[in-house]
Amino acid sequence: MSVSPSRILRNVLREEAFYFFTSIGNYTGESAFSLEEFMNKIKEINIKSLEFHLYREDFEKWVEQTLGDSKLADEIKGVRNLKFVGNALRDRLYNVVSKRIKELKGGHSGSR
Amino acid sequence: MKIKGQALALDDLDWEILRLLQENAKQTYTEIGQRLNVAHSTVYDRIQRMEHHGIIKKYGTVVDLEKVGIRQITAVMTIFTDPKESEKIAQKLSEFSEVSEVFTSFSEELVIIAKVIATDQAELHSFIAQSIAPLPGVLRIRTSIVTRKYKEETPQTVLSHTAPKA
Repeated sequence: MSVSPSRILRNVLREEAFYFFTSIGNYTGESAFSLEEFMNKIKEINIKSLEFHLYREDFEKWVEQTLGDSKLADEIKGVRNLKFVGNALRDRLYNVVSKRIKELKGGHSGSR
Repeated sequence: MKIKGQALALDDLDWEILRLLQENAKQTYTEIGQRLNVAHSTVYDRIQRMEHHGIIKKYGTVVDLEKVGIRQITAVMTIFTDPKESEKIAQKLSEFSEVSEVFTSFSEELVIIAKVIATDQAELHSFIAQSIAPLPGVLRIRTSIVTRKYKEETPQTVLSHTAPKA
């Protein structure tokens, strides 16, 4: 089933947003209600939060199950497999998400 | 027990009965009466009145779940909140079956402290991420997982400190 770029780029409801934690039960107070907001948070969020969620597979699950973008989910999985940490992880993740947003806005979604 | 203004005043015997019930709520009226040197009918009357006025709210059971093979974890959440939303958040937290105790506290910031029970860390995290973090007015959450319990019971010291001295 194809998911339209506008649906992937939509603002989600409060209960569907991504909430950034640094460890089990420790919520940073930062959240993302859209893919674009998610991209911006990647730039500034505590690196511990990125590492925590990436290796729990939370990012790819949210992107696929909530936003409906299986292509980006696969790309995030690829970043996870590279086992980056620190700012190398932040930069790679940001690049993958920002590239995908440009693609979606340009109308070449490539999604299911 | 007497009514003083809007408050109910307990006498020494009421306090002693409460102390014994907190020690073991399964004791019979006769057993309590024998320990306090009063008739079982007196104990019955006092307990009935305290139940009727809501001083005794309920009787509980402390279950050792590990003995029946059920493992669980306890965590203490400190939830930093927007003061305008604190009351609503505390009330909402009280509705969750996973949350066993809820308090509000004010030190440098207004916070809510809540005790949560879960079967494992994954369930604990899902509950906090999906049910607590999205509540309007939640600013951030700090969670400490209990690694060992040294004491867990109703604080009887409160009763002994509160009871008027004869």
